[in-house]
Amino acid sequence: MDDPLIIGGEKFTSRLIMGTGGAPSLDVLDRALAASGTELTTVAMRRVDPTSAGSVLTLLADRGIRVLPNTAGCYTATEAVRVAAMAREALGTSWVKLEVIADERTLLPDPVELLAAAEQLVADGFTVLPYTSDDPVLARRLEQAGCAAVMPLGAPIGSGLGIRNPHNIELMVESAGVPVILDAGIGTASDAAIAMELGCAAVLLATSVTRARSPELMAEAMRLAVAAGRLAFLGGRVPRRHLARASSPPAG
Amino acid sequence: MQVTINGRAHQLVGGVSLAQAVALLTSAPSGVAAAVNGAVVPRAAWVSTALAENDEVEVLTAVQGG
Repeated sequence: MDDPLIIGGEKFTSRLIMGTGGAPSLDVLDRALAASGTELTTVAMRRVDPTSAGSVLTLLADRGIRVLPNTAGCYTATEAVRVAAMAREALGTSWVKLEVIADERTLLPDPVELLAAAEQLVADGFTVLPYTSDDPVLARRLEQAGCAAVMPLGAPIGSGLGIRNPHNIELMVESAGVPVILDAGIGTASDAAIAMELGCAAVLLATSVTRARSPELMAEAMRLAVAAGRLAFLGGRVPRRHLARASSPPAG
Repeated sequence: MQVTINGRAHQLVGGVSLAQAVALLTSAPSGVAAAVNGAVVPRAAWVSTALAENDEVEVLTAVQGG
């Protein structure tokens, strides 16, 4: 079935966006990314370490995976805009996963700084994919600011707690004119399937794969879950009923 | 003269370019961005960008994350 994901005018076949943090080695990461079928994957921007061997960029280039730099670790709009500019210069992409976090304990987005950064980056010509809280009003404001997608958390980054407020995610999906991408909180494959069944356009995850006992197996599970959840959303679930309804004919 | 590169103080002889400062850390032909005192400098301008006393240079690349 031809059902592409379109973000900022670009088409993707896979609806699973991967992060690369937390993998024990580049080799493990490489096999997990291959198993996930992802076409878009995040990286962070950090000071060059002259002693580090191997590069996640080489790995992504070899796999033909599009790179999505993030602004992880930024606490203010000013910092995030500067990191995005560095990423654009280093990687030759104007796409950015915008992260502006409020504190280290929860890593929750700072909505005020996030919106300010989004407005500035859109004005600077970036394709902005903001990591946001599960607040439909903030999502609307980010869309109005010109973001190419909105990426609400299901639960705090790395928590694996799943989707804590599915109702809010549904509200966002109902009203958004840009893709809603469930970002953060996925713990296992069923969480990813639920995100897609709620109508999310894609899922972004890292920890649940990279820190799994077998990242490669979990990556494949996520690929299948995202695809299954998407089909279930398109297929349309039956209404819940209070009482039984025979599925075999009563007569004959 | 003294310049700070990625948070570390370096004593360099005068007339050093940003390209030379970056080369102290990496020889990667791509995937690297540099800023001087917070302003991003395009790679094409690294050679022609002269560093001055007490300049702060940041050299970033992509790593696993997100």
